[in-house]
Amino acid sequence: MVQHTPVVGIGQKRSSPRVEAYKTFWRRLRKNKAAVVGGVLILLFVLTGIFGPFFTTGDPNATQISNKLAPPSGEHWFGTDNYGRDIFTRIIHGMGITMKVGFLSVALGGTVGVILGIFSGYYGGPLDTFIMRAMDILLAFPGILLALAIVSVLGGSLQNVIIAVGVFSVPAFARIVRGSTLTVRKLEYIDAVKALGASDARIIFKHILPNVLSPIIVQLTLRIATAVLTASGLAFLGLGAKPPTPEWGAMLNEGRAYMQQAPHLVLFPGIMIVLVVLAFNIFGDGLRDALDPKMNK
Amino acid sequence: MNSVLLEVEDLRTTFYTDDAEVKAVDGVSFVLRKGKTLGIVGESGSGKSITALSILKLLANNGKIVGGKVQFKGEDLLTYSDKKMRDIRGNAISMIFQEPMTSLNPVFTVGQQISESIMKHQNLSKKEALVKSVELLKLVGIPSPDKRVKQYPYELSGGMRQRVMIAMALACNPEILIADEPTTALDVTIQAQILRLIRDLQKRLGMSVIMITHDLGVVAETCDSVAVMYAGQVVEYSDVVTLFQQPKHPYTIGLMNSLPRHDVELEKLESIQGNVPNPKEMPLGCRFAPRCPAATDLCRREMPELMKDTEGNDIRCWIYSEKWEGEAEVIVYGEKRIAESRRTETILSD
Amino acid sequence: MTKFIVRRLLQTIPVLLGVSILVFSMMYLIPGNPAQMIAGEGASPQTIAQIEEKLGLNKPAPVQYLSYMKNVVQGDLGNSIRSGRPVADEIKARFWTTVELSFYATILAVFLGLIAGIISAVRHYTWSDVSIMLVALFGLSMPNFWFGLMLIQWFAIGPEWMPEFMKMRASGWGDDWRQLLLPVITLGTGGAAIIARMTRSSMLEVIGQDYIRTARAKGMGERVVIYRHALKNALIPVITVVGLEFGGFLGGAVLTETIFAINGMGRLTIDAIRTRDFPIVQGTVLIISFLFVFVNLLVDISYRLLNKRIDLN
Repeated sequence: MVQHTPVVGIGQKRSSPRVEAYKTFWRRLRKNKAAVVGGVLILLFVLTGIFGPFFTTGDPNATQISNKLAPPSGEHWFGTDNYGRDIFTRIIHGMGITMKVGFLSVALGGTVGVILGIFSGYYGGPLDTFIMRAMDILLAFPGILLALAIVSVLGGSLQNVIIAVGVFSVPAFARIVRGSTLTVRKLEYIDAVKALGASDARIIFKHILPNVLSPIIVQLTLRIATAVLTASGLAFLGLGAKPPTPEWGAMLNEGRAYMQQAPHLVLFPGIMIVLVVLAFNIFGDGLRDALDPKMNK
Repeated sequence: MNSVLLEVEDLRTTFYTDDAEVKAVDGVSFVLRKGKTLGIVGESGSGKSITALSILKLLANNGKIVGGKVQFKGEDLLTYSDKKMRDIRGNAISMIFQEPMTSLNPVFTVGQQISESIMKHQNLSKKEALVKSVELLKLVGIPSPDKRVKQYPYELSGGMRQRVMIAMALACNPEILIADEPTTALDVTIQAQILRLIRDLQKRLGMSVIMITHDLGVVAETCDSVAVMYAGQVVEYSDVVTLFQQPKHPYTIGLMNSLPRHDVELEKLESIQGNVPNPKEMPLGCRFAPRCPAATDLCRREMPELMKDTEGNDIRCWIYSEKWEGEAEVIVYGEKRIAESRRTETILSD
Repeated sequence: MTKFIVRRLLQTIPVLLGVSILVFSMMYLIPGNPAQMIAGEGASPQTIAQIEEKLGLNKPAPVQYLSYMKNVVQGDLGNSIRSGRPVADEIKARFWTTVELSFYATILAVFLGLIAGIISAVRHYTWSDVSIMLVALFGLSMPNFWFGLMLIQWFAIGPEWMPEFMKMRASGWGDDWRQLLLPVITLGTGGAAIIARMTRSSMLEVIGQDYIRTARAKGMGERVVIYRHALKNALIPVITVVGLEFGGFLGGAVLTETIFAINGMGRLTIDAIRTRDFPIVQGTVLIISFLFVFVNLLVDISYRLLNKRIDLN
């Protein structure tokens, strides 16, 4: 780790390093146009997820067989599906589900992963070996396979998808946090704090956690993108929320059969997934660039 | 042996960052004569390395040479095309760097890296180039060169790697060797060896050397003339004997005084107060003024030019100009200097 | 080096054991009695007891695990509940289809990703870099099954001028290699995006290294500097993702095979999950994971071989 002392010019006041670091981070994040766009989009999506359903007219599950598979029009912006349900309304209602799956599963996986990672990195020894081997085992199931296996055991439901995707994200957090914890633990001041008689819990919460926060935040953001993708894949396979829930992956699954007559059935839910994942990805990239000490010049 | 090989005139190099322009080199001039060694000294950030990289036009993408001339045997290198420049690099002018640990490519053998240069500039075959590489390794004092030539950089120590760098630089008998802090990253004992090696090779091959260093000891040992740089500018430029016997610029005097010497009492040892100015916020007047013990209003207001003093050396300091308003006798870091203009007056009135 | 390989081999043993234990316990984590499931809904208690006896389901779990593993090592993964055929046979018939698909997808991802990443790095901050990175970001953010559906929509029922083979809707794994095209593109695009981003950042990091400046100081041309001095160093970290990509494709094949109706291991898994044919699910998950662990082992060893020169300093 290279320590960079900020260059202080004449007439400039020095503030505390943490405030300084925060200011630098904020300035860099705002300068990154893509990250700003991503952040604004995320905010918009979250708000839509919470308040959107109150603004759409009608029930996402209201069928109107006489008007099924209608192409996009002034009345039905994104058209209607095979039961004549308004796709736009369903997508707005699905936003909440997507956000819920994304945030909850990553919150779950993140919490478990961070705890395991800190324990592993801080205590080391056999505990470290054990935790890391366990993570290796979870990582041995490639891609979507782990989540798929978990859902197949637990049974398909929204709640189980959240659990499965959560477990799927644990190893990534555990590994990253372990690495950062190891780096911080080796710093001399931790020894000094220890020598002064601070308890392990105090060291972890006061000294380790704040220092490993940046990689965690970046990882949280990027993992939500992955979580949304994975969850939509599971739903597409019919292993997520059951119909008629307006989950986007499930909508793709249902609409697939009508793709030739009415491509809008698969077009719009897919575009929405791309937008949400894209927003989290570019925001995560931006956060990482803004927090990366290597770029700190 | 007084022929001028390289003449740098008023060189200016600027770096462009997102929010600022940094004038890393701002009006540097000096002359390198055949077979001689020129030292460029200064603290880190004084622009000495950038000066060297500018001569070879090896700047990073955001750096640009915005003015001046680099006359090599009467031709301005700054007007050269990329292609012509590549024929100069590693051939007529070559360079070695501060960090031997990272300056060699880890995925190629020593031999491959030396041969590459030979093959490019001398049109030799791979085999011939390899034979020459072994000779070069021998020349720079590497034991069992025929074995070493097949090794990768990670198999060599820092000192060995710097010798390999030197071998690589000498591969095409350059007329000028630019050595950018060649010993800084090495152990003290190895430092002396490398310096001796450079000096010996210079004598044998008759090349000129530009020695870039922050270490006045290295200057005293190797150089014929010296340019002292501060904040992107040359502040004093003279032959090495004059510089050490009678340094004129307050910064140079300060540097000299920070050297431990046998003939000076320890309590007189003083180091220069303050820091190098932030390149984004250069002082308006003389760049050394904020740290200079003799600075006057004039110094803070106006930047002095590089002027010839009565002995024909270059100096960038108001004390030695006719505009000087301060005392005739100036005490800088405990050393007395006579203001040039006043001295001329006194001579006249005598 | 031998020491490293031995250590790395030893490390995979607990991983393989852990994977097999997890896969084995799937059977016990699912709600309901496995014997009941095999026997079917209306089976009598006697039949269920018989099945339990026959499969050793009444023995303690560790004993069952040992006999399960003994069978696995001998190539016996149990029998499918639906068809009654050995799981190993069902997988064998589909194994190469999935591996082939993943393999070609990996080739595509590496090929596309490297080219895009190098161009991006060499021309960084120009419009070509920006647009390549934008496309990569989209590639990364797109659910590949949706991309596949779009491709089908576009090609199979797309414009007239489209060549016939592009419209070939893979109905099963045909004899025509051109049927591979869309599935491989579908599967490989996301990986290409990851490799492109990785190559770019790796290249940019290498281009900033001192030894690149040395190469320039020797008078080497830009081409030599980039493709000889920089690329060789930049590729080393990229190799590590290739193994991960291949594994990811093995898993991701589940979705691709579903939309293209390819009869591979992925589709077998999904069908088995839908019909609650757990011996099959266990079998495919086990085989895919073992394969993944093995590929990563190879990648780690080759990385180490290549990286030896850098690691030791």
